[in-house]
Amino acid sequence: MSAMPTITYNFGYLDEQTKRMIRRAILKAIAIPGYQVPFASREMPMPYGWGTGGVQVTAAILGPDDILKVIDQGSDDTTNAVAIRSFFAATAGVRTTTRTKEATIIQTRHRVPETKLGPEQILVYQVPIPEPLRFLEPRETETRTLHALADYGLMHVKLYEDIARHGHIATTYAYPVMVAGRYVTDPSPIPKFDNPKLDDCPALQLFGAGREQRIYAIPPHTRVVSLDFEDHPFRVQRFDRPCALCGAEDVYLDEVILDDRGGRMFVCSDTDHCDQRRAAGHAGTMAPQGAPKGTSKP
Amino acid sequence: MTRPARSHPDPRPIPAPATPRLRVEGLTKAFTLHLRDGLRLPVVQGLSFTVAPGECVALGGPSGAGKSSILKMAFGNYRVDSGAILIADGAQMVDVATAAPRRVLRLRRERIAYVSQFLRVIPRIATLDVVSEPLRGDGVPADIAARRARDLLARLNLPERLWALPPATFSGGEQQRVNVARGFIAPRDLLLLDEPTASLDAENSAAVVALIAEKKAAGTALLGIFHDAAVRDAAADRIVDVTRFGAQP
Amino acid sequence: MNPNDMSADDVGANDMSADEPPLLSARGLTKYYGARAGCLDVDLDVYPGEVLAIVGESGSGKSTLLALLATELAPSAGTVGYRMAGDALTDLATLPEADRRRLLRTEWGFVRQNAEQGLRMAVSAGGNVGERLMAIGWRNYGAIRAEAGDWLGRVEIADDRIDDDPRGFSGGMRQRLQIARNLVTRPRLVFMDEPTGGLDVSVQARLLDLIRSLVADLGAAVIIVTHDLAVARLLSHRIMVMRHGRVIETGLTDQVLDDPREPYTQLLVASVLAA
Repeated sequence: MSAMPTITYNFGYLDEQTKRMIRRAILKAIAIPGYQVPFASREMPMPYGWGTGGVQVTAAILGPDDILKVIDQGSDDTTNAVAIRSFFAATAGVRTTTRTKEATIIQTRHRVPETKLGPEQILVYQVPIPEPLRFLEPRETETRTLHALADYGLMHVKLYEDIARHGHIATTYAYPVMVAGRYVTDPSPIPKFDNPKLDDCPALQLFGAGREQRIYAIPPHTRVVSLDFEDHPFRVQRFDRPCALCGAEDVYLDEVILDDRGGRMFVCSDTDHCDQRRAAGHAGTMAPQGAPKGTSKP
Repeated sequence: MTRPARSHPDPRPIPAPATPRLRVEGLTKAFTLHLRDGLRLPVVQGLSFTVAPGECVALGGPSGAGKSSILKMAFGNYRVDSGAILIADGAQMVDVATAAPRRVLRLRRERIAYVSQFLRVIPRIATLDVVSEPLRGDGVPADIAARRARDLLARLNLPERLWALPPATFSGGEQQRVNVARGFIAPRDLLLLDEPTASLDAENSAAVVALIAEKKAAGTALLGIFHDAAVRDAAADRIVDVTRFGAQP
Repeated sequence: MNPNDMSADDVGANDMSADEPPLLSARGLTKYYGARAGCLDVDLDVYPGEVLAIVGESGSGKSTLLALLATELAPSAGTVGYRMAGDALTDLATLPEADRRRLLRTEWGFVRQNAEQGLRMAVSAGGNVGERLMAIGWRNYGAIRAEAGDWLGRVEIADDRIDDDPRGFSGGMRQRLQIARNLVTRPRLVFMDEPTGGLDVSVQARLLDLIRSLVADLGAAVIIVTHDLAVARLLSHRIMVMRHGRVIETGLTDQVLDDPREPYTQLLVASVLAA
């Protein structure tokens, strides 16, 4: 009896032809900041909506020396983040990390790390719906034309509707931005809290939408402006308390339900950021006594 | 061609013939009814006459002689087969028979008023607005135009309670008075009158005759059709008998 | 019919001095659908402030002509020229797409028979009216809302409906909203395709009245396609009668309708119930 043959993958799972195709799309996306470049999205060993676009972008740019971090809603240890991290550990053998500062490539869903990124880093966003105009204009041919002509009155119609219905711009995530003064772009479903981090960011930002087959990019140090009205200017969410674990202010907090008696706490959504602060001696009102453990989410 | 009217209410001598306000030359018109195998209905052939400022000319002839059609041609409402209808536009004479539509519209706005037998109005517009509209079109402030409209409607004995209502539901006589008021309100060089008293009683007919006299005194040229002989005699300086130019069928 | 009715020639002809150049000018406009001609060799000029009605039965080519004039269709032959504000006549075929669209949302308007094609049904009435303002760069919410509210008032939509979307509006209200949405940028030229089609008669009358007075107030030129001669009579200064893709008769509206010359025009006029 012969043993079952060992399954071997190409480095990073995708074949080299596919990677080349994706890299060409990425290069084009970088050359035209904010423009959605079509690409031939591949079937991945995970369902759509689990980050197939981000995974393909990561696979195409990943090298053996890269150190990969994957976050989902700011956390390194959700099922999705763990699965993607182990996927690349298995198919590319690259080092992985949960520390923002150590990573060369950070694949993310729904957050931008609190730690300021550097020029040697690449942030890869998983994008479900790349088209910011889709809400008001279902026809792809028409949205493409609107982008081509920078015909963006429609985008403000959405914000107008928000104010008309809620008294303020109620869009709190996937808040549309103007990239390099040219293309209106969906920043993926990050909280609008993170929008300012996109502006003049030293790191390269890549966006991959697998199901919709689009890649777009914000090159380093690109001007990214959140759309607004003069009398309803863009504002980020403010939290009226610091992180209960690390005491950080001016960070994005998640609400954590502690029990069924209404107990709750607000903690950093970015688990790595929280850990680093606690390791440096910062403590919030509900911080456990003693040394911090690896992750902060109960 | 013309003969003096039998009586003349205004003893004032007719002013020396200035440039006529209206000059009709060799006017010829027939209707071709294509739905009736091209049946041709002649209206007039080779009709010529003039109307001077301050003069009221009546078109004479029996019913069906084409008098209304002549007024409509002068207003640009009916087409002309041949001949000319020259209307003074300042120093210029414009041929309505051949002028571009926009030119005719301008004449209607600035030079010609037309009182037809029947009033057709747009729903929802109040009588006062229907009447004052030509004056407001001249740039007269709305309040002054409205005052003029009230004066005219009062002279024509239209009950005041009707003024704010749209005239669509008015009786024939009431509508006719609205129509007269609208035609007379603004100063125009040429006034075309198609049976302006047909539905009016003696009192209101007299009011219209008085308005005609005022227009003449103001130098307006009037061309009218008056079924009522008394009105005709009171209003017109002379009569153009169109039957002499009726084309024989 | 009576020529002394209060028809369109009483109003709206603010800028119709005889020597003014046309706003829109078409020459030899032709459109073939395969071998069938939708529109054949049409010449027309529309002057500032003028309302031109294009009438004819279904299939006469009037809607094709409108689409050609509005650059929604490319002609098989012929040209359409438009005079931009303070500019010479521009051949619209040479106009870059971005400029063409800017024209469509600033100097032009298009009121469609089916309001669902001319409105954003999921967007509030205020947003529908405000869209053009935002498209030309208005960025003050309060100012956009105030202007939208003013226009809703002009088209007789109560101000408490400003945040309702048109799915809950009646047919007449939808058309009025569509008119406000188009006129808010005070266009110089408005295309209308059967704007009162499919509405109840009483609703039609109110709408026509509104169109007539708004167009007159703005001094806009209008090209309106209709099969309804009463609509043409009420709104237009000038009329073009189309049949089999050709213009068979044209002239002053009341002249063409009261003294039609062509056999087909006589048939059309005779087919209308007197009103």
